[in-house]
Amino acid sequence: MNRTKGDEEEYWNSSKFKAFTFDDEDDELSQLKESKRAVNSLRDFVDDEDDDDLERVSWSGEPVGSISWSIKETAGNSGSSQEGREQLKSRNSFSTYTQLPKPTSTYSLSSFFRGKEHWLKGQRVLVFSFQKTTQAIIFIYSGRKRLLDYSNDWSPSDTVRRLRKGKVCSLERFRSLQDKLQLLEEAVSMHDGNVITAVLIFLKRTLSKEILFRELEVRQVALRHLIHFLKEIGDQKLLLDLFRFLDRTEELALSHYREHLNIQDPEKRKEFLKTCVGLPFSAEDSAHIQDHYTLLERQIIIEANDRHLESAGQTEIFRKHPRKASILNMPLVTTLFYSCFYHYTEAEGTFSSPVNLKKTFKIPDKQYVLTALAARAKLRAWHDVDALFTTKNWLGYTKKRAPIGFHRVVEILHKNSAPVQILQEYVNLVEDVDTKLNLATKFKCHDVVIDTCRDLKDRQQLLAYRSKVDKGSAEEEKIDAILNSSQIRWKN
Amino acid sequence: MAAHLSYGRVNLNVLREAVRRELREFLDKCAGSKAIVWDEYLTGPFGLIAQYSLLKEHEVEKMFTLKGSRLPAADVKNIIFFVRPRLELMDIIAENVLSEDRRGPTRDFHILFVPRRSLLCEQRLKDLGVLGSFIHREEYSLDLIPFDGDLLSMESEGAFKECYLESDQTSLYHAAKGLMTLQALYGTIPQIFGKGECARQVANMMIRMKREFTGSQNSIFPVFDNLLLLDRNVDLLTPLATQLTYEGLIDEIYGIQNSYVKLPPEKFAPKKQGDGGKDLPTEAKKLQLNSAEELYAEIRDKNFNAVGSVLSKRAKVISAAFEERHNAKTVGEIKQFVSQLPHMQAARGSLANHTSIAELIKDVTTSEDFFDKLTVEQEFMSGVDTDKVNSYIEDCIAQKHPLIKVLRLVCLQSVCNSGLKQKVLDYYKREILQTYGYEHILTLYNLEKAGLLKPQTGGRNNYPTIRKTLRLWMDDVNEQNPTDISYVYSGYAPLSVRLAQLLSRPGWRSIEEVLRILPGPHFEERQPLPTGLQKKRQPGENRVTLIFFLGGVTFAEIAALRFLSQLEDGG
Repeated sequence: MNRTKGDEEEYWNSSKFKAFTFDDEDDELSQLKESKRAVNSLRDFVDDEDDDDLERVSWSGEPVGSISWSIKETAGNSGSSQEGREQLKSRNSFSTYTQLPKPTSTYSLSSFFRGKEHWLKGQRVLVFSFQKTTQAIIFIYSGRKRLLDYSNDWSPSDTVRRLRKGKVCSLERFRSLQDKLQLLEEAVSMHDGNVITAVLIFLKRTLSKEILFRELEVRQVALRHLIHFLKEIGDQKLLLDLFRFLDRTEELALSHYREHLNIQDPEKRKEFLKTCVGLPFSAEDSAHIQDHYTLLERQIIIEANDRHLESAGQTEIFRKHPRKASILNMPLVTTLFYSCFYHYTEAEGTFSSPVNLKKTFKIPDKQYVLTALAARAKLRAWHDVDALFTTKNWLGYTKKRAPIGFHRVVEILHKNSAPVQILQEYVNLVEDVDTKLNLATKFKCHDVVIDTCRDLKDRQQLLAYRSKVDKGSAEEEKIDAILNSSQIRWKN
Repeated sequence: MAAHLSYGRVNLNVLREAVRRELREFLDKCAGSKAIVWDEYLTGPFGLIAQYSLLKEHEVEKMFTLKGSRLPAADVKNIIFFVRPRLELMDIIAENVLSEDRRGPTRDFHILFVPRRSLLCEQRLKDLGVLGSFIHREEYSLDLIPFDGDLLSMESEGAFKECYLESDQTSLYHAAKGLMTLQALYGTIPQIFGKGECARQVANMMIRMKREFTGSQNSIFPVFDNLLLLDRNVDLLTPLATQLTYEGLIDEIYGIQNSYVKLPPEKFAPKKQGDGGKDLPTEAKKLQLNSAEELYAEIRDKNFNAVGSVLSKRAKVISAAFEERHNAKTVGEIKQFVSQLPHMQAARGSLANHTSIAELIKDVTTSEDFFDKLTVEQEFMSGVDTDKVNSYIEDCIAQKHPLIKVLRLVCLQSVCNSGLKQKVLDYYKREILQTYGYEHILTLYNLEKAGLLKPQTGGRNNYPTIRKTLRLWMDDVNEQNPTDISYVYSGYAPLSVRLAQLLSRPGWRSIEEVLRILPGPHFEERQPLPTGLQKKRQPGENRVTLIFFLGGVTFAEIAALRFLSQLEDGG
């Protein structure tokens, strides 16, 4: 048991390590060769030992013998070609089949008649291939046993049928536009995307762009296949031409915009996004695209500035809380959070100030408050949190107000492990009594629970809560005092 | 070998054998020792029809995954690439072949396209100058893979996207071809019903293909009575809702791939003495899920709330069986007990696995957030407040929950309201873009194009009519002993399955009005049979219907269909 475990581990490690090593001569490998051979021979031995028909399962759950298991397995044995061969030899000596003599050259007779089997069956086309030097392909139409290249009398429908069966055939002899279109129509009526695409490639090569577009406009199925094909091969230019021709402006714009995902360099990406602004998107999307551009522009400025500040090491906030990642290409809300975290107190005039972001991108109050709250709570800046919800009316009275509802405030504060005093303050501001009681219980704001029960004159609930607080604690005393009070007229 | 495939009404081992035979024939064409280079994606589907031993019998000595630059060394005569017809894979193959050519002893290259050859790919190989290096270029149409006694899959993940977003009909063509293969093995299906644009096209292709093969008359007695083709976009609602069956939840939470699931390993740590606790496995635990496992067959389709009691009952039975050993006194009794041990141990292993999985799932389903999400889904599906901005969705966005979750909810709301009011849609869009990034303009555009998300046009909401006519929302659901398919979503009866149910009884004529509201045509085709093959129906005899979802199906829908079929069997 112990023996196999250790060996197995070694085996798995080594197989993982060596799978897909492409170098033939690896010094480190040859050094390991000796020990590895030992391991391998041992493995063979072990294999033989328990080679029974029961299905075995490796730890990862692949049944031993399944295909994905075997890939790991057989690939793992081929660390270096030399060794692989040796191993194979030793294995072959045990195996029952005898290896066929290897052809000495590529052009040997045996490789010449490789297609024989088909030919005898009389069903398929025989294909000879000469490797490397010449690539001649000869077709033998086996049914009639005569050589033929391709017959000129095949109609478009015959041709399409042959294409569908995966047989090679030339489309070049269809010269007139009428023939070509008939070919296309035949292909479309077969619904076989493979054949339709093959015909489209031919048309694309042999027709002018204008004619191709014009004819496809009235053949929607073929048109969709062409669009898909152009996307597949990445012929962005022709695709854009096509959308322009079809007047499908929104798709044109989106297809252009999509390209930005392939641009890594932030400056270049920004410049590219600039070219997207003003393209014929829908009205809503236009605004979003403009925002996307503006946001990246801002991020580039902020990033350059903050990287400098951070490396200078003079700014406290960056020293205390080093940045985890660059802000480039982050979503707007993430950027706002970043700015509330690192640049909260900045004046509206700077690009990195939260207020500036809020104005530029017309971020709704709710969104803003949520993000600012999360950022300031994370920094445990309770004063800022307080200020966020304090409003002054015209008489100078202060009032607490939260556009997101205080229950949400409490949850965010709790998530950022705010102390109980702080939590308590906000739990008290929750208007709905049931919610308040629930939150207070959940977050152990004892005072709030006790006071609320008292206000509700709910003696039973207070009694029940007494069992939840620590014995001999201040809370317990407080509860007892209330329970014993004769001032309260309990409802139960 | 794959006994669970033959339990159903139709013996699917016949299909599996046919597929395996074809694979063996191809391998034998490439005489001599071979190495297979796998498009990694294919190993899953192939694993369902063949084991390494089959390949080994046909002189496959090495297997690699397809990767750039050069192939690992292998002293074999043939190198065979098993690939999907994809352009980017052709580039890798070319790289492999060219570097191999430089290396020395020449070998024979072959390529097997799955599920079919692509002229586009061959063109690419030609452009790269390697097409001539391949001796055999063939296709292997692994169209329909048997999963279970009553389940086949094309494992074509991209089909919905291709059909409804890119309008590429290739996957429909494969579907039609797969159905032709099936008919070749199981006889012509006399009646074809369908709903949806893609269904119409597949039926057209089948009829056309049949016409082309008139030469050989199919003389097999038909096993299937009906075929129902359903477009996924006829029912976009069902896949958006959270599945609540056991198997459905496993898929929702961990994802089932080619009938395998990968689970966090901690719960499955071996409880052996000595090595316990020290080195916890870090690799995910992989399990195959199908009805070959007795316990799984029993619980897979149950509502998750009904799984716990089955597991505990099973636990009692097994521990009682193990207790039996104390009663075994005579040699004969002991022998009897020992002979049952392997079976009992397997049952215990299976029970342990599923108890662990159920625990993992329970952690999720008992969370507050799961409950909130489910509440919102059920409100939408029962038609409550679908026309205004939902505060839970707002919260999810504000807390940056996974985008997929947010999109599913928004789309669900859109479907249950026959499109969102422009103002509501714009609001969601803005929030999503600001929180998850502007590049999701493209994501949202795609959702709109596929019809999953849309503005309401004409100001009319058809969903209530559909819901009422098809009884999609059932208020009283029995999750333990269900009486209706709505148990699979704890209240919502999947629209697609309702259509199948109503087709069998009383027929679609009763719901003409709703069928007209749902997208795409509905139709019926007959495939005439020679008189000798026509079935003489006995009274009370059940029909066998094959239901084909074009664009995917959820595990909950499969459960609902199994439930219906049990009802039929019962009387």
